[in-house]
Amino acid sequence: MIDTPTSPITSGLPLFFVITVTAIKQGYEDWLRHNSDNEVNGAPVYVVRSGGLVKTRSKNIRVGDIVRIAKDEIFPADLVLLSSDRLDGSCHVTTASLDGETNLKTHVAVPETAVLQTVANLDSLIAVIECQQPEADLYRFMGRMIITHQMEEIVRPLGPESLLLRGARLKNTKEIFGVAVYTGMETKMALNYKSKSQKRSAVEKSMNTFLIIYLIILISEAIISTILKYTWQAEEKWDEPWYNQKTEHQRNSSKILKFISDFLAFLVLYNFIIPISLYVTVEMQKFLGSFFIGWDLDLYHEESDQKAQVNTSDLNEELGQVDYVFTDKTGTLTENEMQFRECSINGIKYQEINGRLVPEGPTPDSSEGNLSYLSGLSHLSNLAHLTSSSSFRTSPENENELLKGHDLFFKAVSLCHTVQISNVQSDGIGDGPWQSSLASSQLEYYASSPDEKALVEAAARIGIVFIGNSEEIMEIKILGKLERYRLLHVLEFDSDRRRMSVIVQACSGEKLLFAKGAESSILPKCIGGEIEKTRVHVDEFALKGLRTLCIAYRQFTPKEYEEVDRRLFEARTALQQREEKLAEAFQFIEKDLILLGATAVEDRLQDKVRETIEALRMAGIKVWVLTGDKYETAVSVSLSCGHFHRTMNILELIHQKSDSECAEQLRQLARRIKEDHVIQHGLVVDGTSLSLALREHEKLFMEVCRTCSAVLCCRMAPLQKAKVIRLIKISPEKPITLAVGDGANDVSMIQEAHVGIGIMGKEGRQAARNSDYAIARFKFLSKLLFVHGHFYYIRIATLVQYFFYKNVCFITPQFLYQFYCLFSQQTLYDSMYLTLYNICFTSLPVLIYSLLEQHVDPHVLQNKPTLYRDISKNRLLSIKTFLYWTILGFSHAFIFFFGSYFLMGKDESLLGNGQMFGNWTFGTLVFTVMVITVTVKMALETHFWTWINHLVTWGSIIFYFIFSLFYSGILWPFLSSQNMYFVFIQLLSSGSAWFAIILMVVTCLFLDVVKKVFDRHLHPTNTEKAQMYSNTVAFSDEFIALQPLSRARDHLSRLSLLKQMQVSSAWTPCAASQEKQQARLLEECWSEP
Amino acid sequence: MTWSAAARGAHQPDNTAFTQQRLPAWQPLLSAGITLPLFFCAGLAFLGLGLGLYYSSNAIQELEHDYTGDADAGSCAACAAQGQGRAPPPPCSCSWHFTLSELFPGPVYLYYELTGFYQNNRRYGVSRDDAQLSGLVSALRHPANECAPYQFSAAGLPVAPCGAVANSLFNDTFSLWHQRQSGGPYVEVPLDRAAIAWWTDYHIKFRNPPLVNGSLALAFRGTAPPPNWRRPVYELSPDPNNTGFVNQDFVVWMRTAALPTFRKLYARIRQGNYSAGLPSGAYRVDIAYNYPVRAFGGHKLLVFSNISWMGGKNPFLGIAYLVVGSLCIVVGFVMLAVYIRYQDQDDDENDDE
Repeated sequence: MIDTPTSPITSGLPLFFVITVTAIKQGYEDWLRHNSDNEVNGAPVYVVRSGGLVKTRSKNIRVGDIVRIAKDEIFPADLVLLSSDRLDGSCHVTTASLDGETNLKTHVAVPETAVLQTVANLDSLIAVIECQQPEADLYRFMGRMIITHQMEEIVRPLGPESLLLRGARLKNTKEIFGVAVYTGMETKMALNYKSKSQKRSAVEKSMNTFLIIYLIILISEAIISTILKYTWQAEEKWDEPWYNQKTEHQRNSSKILKFISDFLAFLVLYNFIIPISLYVTVEMQKFLGSFFIGWDLDLYHEESDQKAQVNTSDLNEELGQVDYVFTDKTGTLTENEMQFRECSINGIKYQEINGRLVPEGPTPDSSEGNLSYLSGLSHLSNLAHLTSSSSFRTSPENENELLKGHDLFFKAVSLCHTVQISNVQSDGIGDGPWQSSLASSQLEYYASSPDEKALVEAAARIGIVFIGNSEEIMEIKILGKLERYRLLHVLEFDSDRRRMSVIVQACSGEKLLFAKGAESSILPKCIGGEIEKTRVHVDEFALKGLRTLCIAYRQFTPKEYEEVDRRLFEARTALQQREEKLAEAFQFIEKDLILLGATAVEDRLQDKVRETIEALRMAGIKVWVLTGDKYETAVSVSLSCGHFHRTMNILELIHQKSDSECAEQLRQLARRIKEDHVIQHGLVVDGTSLSLALREHEKLFMEVCRTCSAVLCCRMAPLQKAKVIRLIKISPEKPITLAVGDGANDVSMIQEAHVGIGIMGKEGRQAARNSDYAIARFKFLSKLLFVHGHFYYIRIATLVQYFFYKNVCFITPQFLYQFYCLFSQQTLYDSMYLTLYNICFTSLPVLIYSLLEQHVDPHVLQNKPTLYRDISKNRLLSIKTFLYWTILGFSHAFIFFFGSYFLMGKDESLLGNGQMFGNWTFGTLVFTVMVITVTVKMALETHFWTWINHLVTWGSIIFYFIFSLFYSGILWPFLSSQNMYFVFIQLLSSGSAWFAIILMVVTCLFLDVVKKVFDRHLHPTNTEKAQMYSNTVAFSDEFIALQPLSRARDHLSRLSLLKQMQVSSAWTPCAASQEKQQARLLEECWSEP
Repeated sequence: MTWSAAARGAHQPDNTAFTQQRLPAWQPLLSAGITLPLFFCAGLAFLGLGLGLYYSSNAIQELEHDYTGDADAGSCAACAAQGQGRAPPPPCSCSWHFTLSELFPGPVYLYYELTGFYQNNRRYGVSRDDAQLSGLVSALRHPANECAPYQFSAAGLPVAPCGAVANSLFNDTFSLWHQRQSGGPYVEVPLDRAAIAWWTDYHIKFRNPPLVNGSLALAFRGTAPPPNWRRPVYELSPDPNNTGFVNQDFVVWMRTAALPTFRKLYARIRQGNYSAGLPSGAYRVDIAYNYPVRAFGGHKLLVFSNISWMGGKNPFLGIAYLVVGSLCIVVGFVMLAVYIRYQDQDDDENDDE
């Protein structure tokens, strides 16, 4: 057995404490989870069993059970829809809790089972469902149902449209029957629960490095002590003097064993140098600190009633370290609120003005005056924009003509979509995204894509109103006249094809395919129509920053359609490689199109995007825009949002077809940058060129990118976005990346980046769910980074450094003491002090500091983004600062120890009555000085003294005294040694001890203060400058009095000037007007001199 | 993991000073403007204090004598030589003569000092049983294991008091004699041996085991004295109130020292004619030389000292205060120079902007 210098409890208790705190936190989370689990597991459900409806708990559902779900209930498992109360077997669900998409989704049952609407009927059903293994993708499901019906087997394909996901809610439908296919942990919802990103922040990485350094210090201290112990003990008079004999056992134990056990004993003695409580404190700090983001009113978006959301608290400080921002365009920089603006039909360009299409271009019918008159009126009639369809009928004849000429175009617009209609029926729903407050004649469109909605609405304004689709019939009203189309197939949109199409059958029986999609995906497939003119128009639209879609159609001959139908059916029922087969079928179908025209939809820029991007740039952050949009649109949005300046030299790397060409272009760009390094460069890359550039010429490309101050990547596929981020991440400087996005297509990049920010926008919540932080608007990014990020980084960096510092202070005297006690592993401090030092005496001030510290006024931080550069590259946790803190710790420890040692001198009495102190008094003296110094050192670091800081700082010191008085004032019955009895009180009764404590504390801090002051005055950082100014202004009156006269006069005049001046409005919404005032003054203070 | 915001749904956050991080706060800055006056003030205060401490320490007189007897020819050399290599060394007595030319102001304290003696060695320090010393009978019979090898005697009896600390009790004794006139008789100076240990140690922490039939000796029956002791513990002193575990010398010894050179209070001189101090004249200290220190290269010293409010003679504190105080002022001046110089530059920069 090893003879340990401290009892196991001494070292074990802090560990126990750390584990307990962590366990309580985890336990709390577990308990919440358990509760909600119980709620879900115990929910009553009705299952069809042996011909009847049986009530059971949802946890009892087995695969194959037929479950009945009533309206507004949540599905307890992934179900394949069998039937609903409707004849066509359709039902509506909302998946808001899964992906946040609030639109109604229609799910349909296989016709054979749709008729089985009663329990009795269902009981007679004999069918087999084959489906794929459970998979996390919410939007993918493949299977087939083999129904045995009158001795005959019918095979039906099953797709996502027949799968009701657990967690979704039944809407608009009275009840449905479904058969459970995935239950419990195999449901798609559960599979998506996977613990999210295991992202580690840069601070944590450096923390681990520091820990390793401290481990090395620990081990080397132990080795030194062990070796010295044995050189010392070579002489017997030290090893075993007459007054200190060994037992027989000690004498006889083997040398090597003793050596090892001594080494281990030293490890135990010095183990406190490793701050075990660091991790738990950091975790608490992050957990508690992250609340401030959600609480921040400046990050609260009133219109949508959304506040910032923190999905992981592990990355708070990473927000202060961002080097690159990758942002999506649509919905992130822009509102994603589409407004139909222009269109090009058969080569003629039209503009929508007040619900009317006005031709424009080379042959303008309408005079200039007419136009300006209309636009002058427009703001008046804006309100009438979306009025009922009756108002559309007032359109003049020329519009009728227009419609006649181009009816196919508008039909295509109003048929080719997946828009839902909420016709407010009697069984209408009170909740959900729509409100039934509108008149019953009013149609409300709900679409998963805002583009579609805008287009359908625009068509309605023009006069072709989409009324609804029921049972595969789509109804449209053309100038009041009803037309029906049978919807035969929907070729869903996917981001690879970048188009969607529908196949409909008109009343006349002709079968038409309408396709809609990006120009690059439609135009190559066209064989007829005004392709060239349209292409020109599309480019013009794009230049204005509009989003364009091309519309085309194709007429099938009956024979052709048969082929199409067969291929689609085969692909859809395929069990293997269904996706590939479907893609193939789509490829086959969507060809030989005839171009109808193009639409242009405007997507407004979000508020303050330009300012935010400018601020990011000032903060030294490189902003890259990654978008799926066209080159022209992207560039124009980039220009309008300030991402590209007019003065910027824009380089292009687009339309590259081959490797060599791309390389040549890259080299040329690099040369141009080198030649012209005065002005800023912007780079535009498109998806295909990017993939070429990345394949072979990564280095060259990255070099070009790094020298450009703005990069715009257009035509990007979602995975490409992630790949670009990964490349930047692994580049030699190892920059910290941040990705902002709002849509499902941004999820991969959000997860790839160091920090992923989701915008809670209109395209569902998938991005927000997968992000680390979710905010409502792009502009909130500036506060999130410059204020919260900066604060969190400062806080945690100081927290980490301080923890290492205080443990060096703690244990170095112990090490030094070994030189005076023959390396006998005598502890300097009492074991209670060893235990409580990190838990009680020094834990709270640093925790409170790390929660509340604001070294600079938040408004200053936000208005002066350049301050962000001061903390970039993990500067406060560099090896240099780490060494500073460690050396500071060592020097403080030397001062405590040798101060006390010299005070003892030749062990003269320190008491007025001539009595003597012992070793425990000595240790307590060192410990007392240490607790005070370490606490006051924290106080020196604190710039923001709220009452809580005062309470914990002075409270900690007072607590130490009260505790020690109490602890040493009593003979503790359960302690085996009473070493500390009255030691503390005796110590305090010595005048010399008091003087020594004051002297040592002051000496320790003296060094630090001198360094701080010299640093501040000789080479101040921007942050320190900002602190000076903000203090001067914030406390103008008191502080000016303390300043040298010349300066004070200067400031006074400046301030009085300011008060009279009309100050430009600060662009941050400030909570308190008074502070706003201050912030403005500050701004002026910098800019003025 | 959406514990912060999502759980409560999207609502407007509270507009309170705490949630908005707008708590009223004092924001001090460590700028030269504030620290300069502080430095000068602190420096001056420290200089003043340092001077005071230095002089008050200087006013304290100390007289010490090494009576180990290995080098000098003092009478203790014989004892030292006699005890060499013998354990336990035979009793021996010697004396130290000194003369005071003027009054040694009182109250005078008599200390003994040992050097090279590691009371802070862990094996030594833990070798005691506080439960036994608090008079617990069970601990008296079964001393703690830490006491080994001084736990049980060779005969198997429990050692009381057990452990290395008790076993190595300092057992030299001193008596002080004063010759008022030269050639006159030596008069014994009364040594006040009371209250040399901490009051709490003597009165509360250390307790004898309950008396058996009114006798302390019976209470300790069945125990063995530590091997180095010549007498059992209940005969430490003839005074029944100062014997057993509750013996001033013993209690003083049991408070182990922090460093290998240490002093322990032996007696105060404050009675009778000597309450004002030791008057001038010749003095003799009779030493019962028992304690072997030469085996481990240690020394034994006798120290006469008087005491101020701050304890014994200790110039360190005063000097340290003086050093730190003057450092403060020097740095203050340097800072002032830097401050003024960079102040100008700062202003220039501002003007240039």
